[in-house]
Amino acid sequence: MADLAIDPRMELNPPLVQGGMTYSDVTDKISSIVEGKAPKRWYIGMAVAVPLALLLFACLGYLVATGIGVWGNNSPVGWGWDITNFVWWIGIGHAGTLISAILFLFRQKWRTSINRAAEAMTLFAVACAAIYPLFHTGRPWRAAYWLFPLPNEYLHMWQNFRSPLMWDVFAVSTYGTVSALFWFVGLIPDLATLRDRATTPLRKKIYGLLSLGWRGSATQWRHYELAYLLLAGLSTPLVLSVHSIVSFDFATSLLPGWHTTIFPPYFVAGAVFSGFAMVVTLMTLARWIYGLENLITMKHLENMCKVMLATGMIVGFAYGTEFFIAWYSANQYERFIFLNRAFGPYWWAYWSMIACNVVAPQFFWFQRFRTSIPAMFILSIFINIGMWFERFVIIATSLHRDFLPSSWGYFRPTWVDIGTYVGTIGLFLTLFLLFLRFLPAIAISEVKGVLHQQVSAGQAAPVHGGSH
Amino acid sequence: MLEAVLSRLGLPGYESGAQQQVYGVIGEFATPEDLLRAIRTARAAGYTQMEAYSPFPIHGVDEALGAPRSPLGRIVIVFGLLGLSAAVLLQWWTGAVDYKLIIAGKPLFAFEPSVPIMFELSVLLSAFATVLGLFHLTRLPTYYHPLFNYSRHAAASNDRFLLAIEARDPKFRAEEAKLFLDSCGSLHTEVVEA
Amino acid sequence: MNELIQLNLSNLTGRKYWRSLNQLADTPEFRQWVEREFPEGASELLDSGSRRTLLKLMAAGFGLAGLTACRRPVEKILPLSKGVEGYVHGRPLHYATAVQACGAATGLIVECNDGRPTKVEGNPRHPFSLGATNAFQQAMILDLYDPDRARQVQKQGVKSGWAQFESWWLEAASKLGDGAGLRILSPRTASPSLDALKAEIAKKYPNSVWVEYDAVNFDRVVEGARLAFGQPLMPQYRFDQADVVVALDCDFLGLDTMTAQPVKQFAARRRPEEGRELNRLYAVEPNFTVTGAMADHRLRARASDIAAVALALARELNVSGAELKVLDGAGGRQKKFLAAVAKDLLAHKGRSLVLAGPRQPAEVHALVALINQALGNLGQTVSYTRPPFAPADSLAAVRQLAGDLAAGRVTVLFALGGNPVYSLPADHNWAELFRKTAAVALAFDENETWKAALWQLPEAHPFEAWGDVRALDGTASIQQPQIQPLFGGRSALEIAALIAGRPQRRGYDIVRSYWTSQWGADAEKKWQQALYEGVIEGTRFPAVEVKADAARVLAAIQPALKAAPAGIETVFYPSWHTFDGRFANNAWMQETPDPMTKLVWDNAALLSPATARRLGVQDGDVLELSAGGRQIHCPAMVLPGHADDSISLQLGFGRAACGRVGRGVGHRVEGLRAEANFWFGPAEVRRTGAKYKLVTTQEHHTLIEPITGLKRNNIVEEFTVEEYRRRAEHGKHEPHPPTDLFPEFDYSKGYQWGMAIDLNACIGCNACMVACTAENNIPVVGKEQVGKGREMHWIRLDRYFSGEEDDPQAVMQPMACVQCEKAPCESVCPVAATAHSPEGINEMAYNRCVGTRYCLNNCPYKVRRFNFLNWNKDVPEIRKMVFNPDVTVRMRGVMEKCNYCVQRIEEKRSQAKAEGRRPIRDGEVLTACQQVCPADAIVFGNINDPESRVAKLKRQARDYAVLEELNTKPRTTYLARLRNPNPELV
Repeated sequence: MADLAIDPRMELNPPLVQGGMTYSDVTDKISSIVEGKAPKRWYIGMAVAVPLALLLFACLGYLVATGIGVWGNNSPVGWGWDITNFVWWIGIGHAGTLISAILFLFRQKWRTSINRAAEAMTLFAVACAAIYPLFHTGRPWRAAYWLFPLPNEYLHMWQNFRSPLMWDVFAVSTYGTVSALFWFVGLIPDLATLRDRATTPLRKKIYGLLSLGWRGSATQWRHYELAYLLLAGLSTPLVLSVHSIVSFDFATSLLPGWHTTIFPPYFVAGAVFSGFAMVVTLMTLARWIYGLENLITMKHLENMCKVMLATGMIVGFAYGTEFFIAWYSANQYERFIFLNRAFGPYWWAYWSMIACNVVAPQFFWFQRFRTSIPAMFILSIFINIGMWFERFVIIATSLHRDFLPSSWGYFRPTWVDIGTYVGTIGLFLTLFLLFLRFLPAIAISEVKGVLHQQVSAGQAAPVHGGSH
Repeated sequence: MLEAVLSRLGLPGYESGAQQQVYGVIGEFATPEDLLRAIRTARAAGYTQMEAYSPFPIHGVDEALGAPRSPLGRIVIVFGLLGLSAAVLLQWWTGAVDYKLIIAGKPLFAFEPSVPIMFELSVLLSAFATVLGLFHLTRLPTYYHPLFNYSRHAAASNDRFLLAIEARDPKFRAEEAKLFLDSCGSLHTEVVEA
Repeated sequence: MNELIQLNLSNLTGRKYWRSLNQLADTPEFRQWVEREFPEGASELLDSGSRRTLLKLMAAGFGLAGLTACRRPVEKILPLSKGVEGYVHGRPLHYATAVQACGAATGLIVECNDGRPTKVEGNPRHPFSLGATNAFQQAMILDLYDPDRARQVQKQGVKSGWAQFESWWLEAASKLGDGAGLRILSPRTASPSLDALKAEIAKKYPNSVWVEYDAVNFDRVVEGARLAFGQPLMPQYRFDQADVVVALDCDFLGLDTMTAQPVKQFAARRRPEEGRELNRLYAVEPNFTVTGAMADHRLRARASDIAAVALALARELNVSGAELKVLDGAGGRQKKFLAAVAKDLLAHKGRSLVLAGPRQPAEVHALVALINQALGNLGQTVSYTRPPFAPADSLAAVRQLAGDLAAGRVTVLFALGGNPVYSLPADHNWAELFRKTAAVALAFDENETWKAALWQLPEAHPFEAWGDVRALDGTASIQQPQIQPLFGGRSALEIAALIAGRPQRRGYDIVRSYWTSQWGADAEKKWQQALYEGVIEGTRFPAVEVKADAARVLAAIQPALKAAPAGIETVFYPSWHTFDGRFANNAWMQETPDPMTKLVWDNAALLSPATARRLGVQDGDVLELSAGGRQIHCPAMVLPGHADDSISLQLGFGRAACGRVGRGVGHRVEGLRAEANFWFGPAEVRRTGAKYKLVTTQEHHTLIEPITGLKRNNIVEEFTVEEYRRRAEHGKHEPHPPTDLFPEFDYSKGYQWGMAIDLNACIGCNACMVACTAENNIPVVGKEQVGKGREMHWIRLDRYFSGEEDDPQAVMQPMACVQCEKAPCESVCPVAATAHSPEGINEMAYNRCVGTRYCLNNCPYKVRRFNFLNWNKDVPEIRKMVFNPDVTVRMRGVMEKCNYCVQRIEEKRSQAKAEGRRPIRDGEVLTACQQVCPADAIVFGNINDPESRVAKLKRQARDYAVLEELNTKPRTTYLARLRNPNPELV
């Protein structure tokens, strides 16, 4: 049973909620974001994000109307930026569920003020990712439903369940659905709070409808906590499985550079790596926009920096292992493909990847960097870039020079490739800003739970000086 | 049918025919500790039908109220296994029975390649079971509840902790209950209409 | 019988089309637009500059489709039910015919679907086809439906008609008198009935002159024989009889013969399985040709040094008692080489063959004749017959013609076919000269000649007109039309009849009457037989007994054999894309890569790595070549194995007046080609500093990896005959099979299709690529898209160099889908769009494919092709007539690839079923690539039948699977390349 009471093993020092906040302070602070007017900075953000999102739809429209040929894909490089971006986004989509689920199971209380936003990020990242598997197909209007096991009128055929792409369809859609459920369940009590605070009838109706009439009765909390625990329990293996399955797209092929067993763990570590990087990027932004210093404390950010350092080391180790295995396998094609990555036509991509993913995180050994907002912001951006390059290197460099030298080629992106990619970033930011604006970005009830423990541990005074 | 749904949702005008006029007496407390103390005293005093309302789950309330364990886990297991078998059936029937195709000379059905989808479907159905089960057990959505007649019910989602002694309690007498809660240190006590 | 089908055809084709449309909307713009058949830039796809216009054009296309579809023909239709006997609707009909190029004919069989000729095959009865064709003959079918063909009789670009032209001619003819002012210029033709007409014209206009000219011709070969034997003769080779072949600048497997015969004969001697010992080929050549690629030993030499080589060889062989002077140029390495060659030749007297290419001067051919005589090869491996065409020095003739034109001595000039203004020697400005007189151009498309002429007449395609042609050995065939002229064109034969003033001017009457006069009595029967068989019995020329007085001949030719000047020289070659320009508007040929350079949609100045280093030139650097005060620009391309100080140029590019496909494609090198350096000659080279984008289909040249420098084995296997003999003793080496994770699928029953490709026979001539394109409706994507790696060929020819860069060897490897039993592409397709048939074919369900391209990524052979764009979007209506009705035209976004011509398998299956459920015989199903292959390098059949040819080949010790270690179990396996080196030269 989820136990939010004091846990003697846990050191809450410094406290996760600072500034001597009371329960109602927490409510007011978080709700005010939703209830008050949006700050100028929010509008600045939207001014950047929305046009980019529109660019995405323009590019997709052109793509569907004209054909994959508007991208740089070719033979032998059948997959280019499309699947690169897909894997990148899916990876980013990992931190959310990881933070909410796994940290929850491990009783990592510091998750409370970031998990809500992280989950939202997951959903939006998965939404962006899901665009690619659909639109990278030559005939999306058919792929849209032929990829699901619906008895189709057309050929009365079924899918080929041996295909990793089929596994992807199930993994990604399941992951998206479960994350959404997890997120919504977490939102219900806070929506009720907003309902109760609502001043205008419209708000009352909307939040009233969304909160499903939640009352916070002991009975409800009882089932609620179990449900939350179960969802966390389900999400944990799920989050690990998703990127493993995505990695099967490559691991189960026979292409040198893809055909390798290290991929599942390596991909998951990379996903967590990039996911946390993105969380840090967004959290530092959210702090900047809404001044949530007391709720998203340096402790949260520092912990995430540590996670990035750890996963970054794992990823770096994986890069090394790949080379070792390629040499150890004594397989000519394997050996060539890896040397070709580092010293072939795509050397620049490979070394950018190393610089961003292996070198950059090393700064997090020093507290000075772990506790400096600008530093961690810049480094997290670097890591995001590096992880994009990792996927590009895996896909493009393996494909462009495979078995028969006669069919070797090279991949060059077109403006549509770039537009589509930048566009998804725009869509992602738009959705995230809308989330910040209209939903409680921080789990109110959970923060109160943590606060209650601090109180009991005699660290803060929630009521005295509180609102009567 | 629609009637039934609407009354289930408890939308205004469709309230389920309330027999008794009084829901119960609700008292308000400042801290979870006060609430727990009040519940324990009330139990000692012999009250059995009580409900507590709080902005966040409080450890010990369930025990204090003597609530049974949630059955949600069992529901989820069942649906999980359902998903698993659905996945196996789907992959076996489509591949090896309904539409046989020679794919790379591989067996028409084998377990190894079926594992990912078996896993995913199990998780998917479990998750749905969890959420729908939760809704069922907590009677969500319900858009009408007597609690909302309590003048300060909003505090329950902010920083106050409420204790309701319900009318269906055999020992229930509105006045007594009100006095009792005040005596427990309730900051504001009301008799609430059903 | 042929009459009948024509009657129907006239209703099925062109005429109906345009009439109905004209009636429909009679505005001049519309009419003009319709006659263009498609607006300007319609085939934008080909230089995919602006996709936007395509949308418009597509709309236009649909418009046309609708219009043409809904119109009833104007003329009376003869119902097919009463039509051709034995005609079953939906079943193709096949007609024998013959076409000629450069005075040499090849017999063909053309497949017609519902009156549309759709596919060309070789005529097995024809001695120069033997059932095969080359790439060009395959592509002719596309020319037939070229929307840019000349469609309208015009006078100086103003619309006119045949009637007006004829009346003009009658008037002009009346003033001609003895014909002193009449000149007729035509390509080399070997046509009995045309010869008859020539005679009539000569009789009617004694002073008229008929000049024959081809940009690529055999003049020097015939002249060489005259020098040697005193009479103009055409050598007839028997490569199948030759154990040792020495080719002096002679690409006899490639473009120096327009027929399949030499390849068939040569390849027959490269199969150790057939018991006869392998022949040995020595090639001495400037350019790296496919012949050089087949050679067991190859010597790089400038074209102008070949004379020295021939002389040195003659000396080694001591062709005459007299001492021979030796020219410098034959260096040390050459001496060793020639000594060994001479020894080898002497060891094979009577079973050897030395031959020189048409580029070489007559003296060299004479010398070669002497050598063959000295080796006792005359009558054995080489015999001589009279040439099938009138022997004449065409260069002298055109020089004379230019003089007459300049002097205004010509009143009427007929240019019957070809494109002389484009291809005649650059000494004169032919466009200007043509304008000095009343020039009548009979042209297939609105080419340079058409533009320069007074009267512009549309020429009928060989598949549209009656005629008769002779093969190189004289064998005559009837050229039988497959379809009525789509645009009312006429043949040179018909114009000649007009000039001769014959009453009957229909090609049919002309040809028929000629042969009737030849046959006399049972003419009717013979005529039917000639049409049916495609060859006319007893027309082959008898071999002429020849004997040369070596000493006298040598004395005569020695003065002409001069030492070649040092410095860079240019050599002109026909092009694998356009030949001499006649295929410039043929998208299939433009997109089929050059076998050695893999270049598409361009020509280039080929030079050796050493020369390139010396000149500081890299691929794509535009060079300025100048000779005799003339300059041309051409991008350079480095070709390993090319001779130093020599630059090879391909003819037929940079067409100024041409259809949409070929206009401005490549660089015109004819501008440098004067009489003096007609084939080769010294030139100045200068780098202009400009860059030009050359696009090839193969970027990496060798099997050696960059970075590691390791060679990739298991792709091409290559042995010397010795190694192979030892290997064969052990029998076929079976690699111990890797253990499988799951039970094999049972392929032991029924037909199991498989293929064996003999790398030792394949010469890389591209015929299979074009045949496949024609058979399977494969789209053309254009230079830019090929540059992006999006070419669509289902079968490609991988060319790998080995050995040192300056003097490498080359191997050709045809690569199509190898139909893996454990196909990696199948297991990854999420929608099961590609799956295995029970007969072992890896099949694509186009309409199920959603285009994830995962199969392409997972295909180790990279033979899958993806429709990145809608390549068929802007196909003009008429161009659609070439589509094979048995094969789907694929849409955008789906994957496609070779499927062993499954439509042909099914056709034979139903035929076999109809014939009493008999099994399909071995060799009954021929894939398109197999049927066309002049080297018989591709064998297809049922591997479950141990007696089938393919099964037998797969049992050979040199049978291997590409990338065997991947355990994909491909159904297409390869027979290793063998080399038969001279022990003295290794």
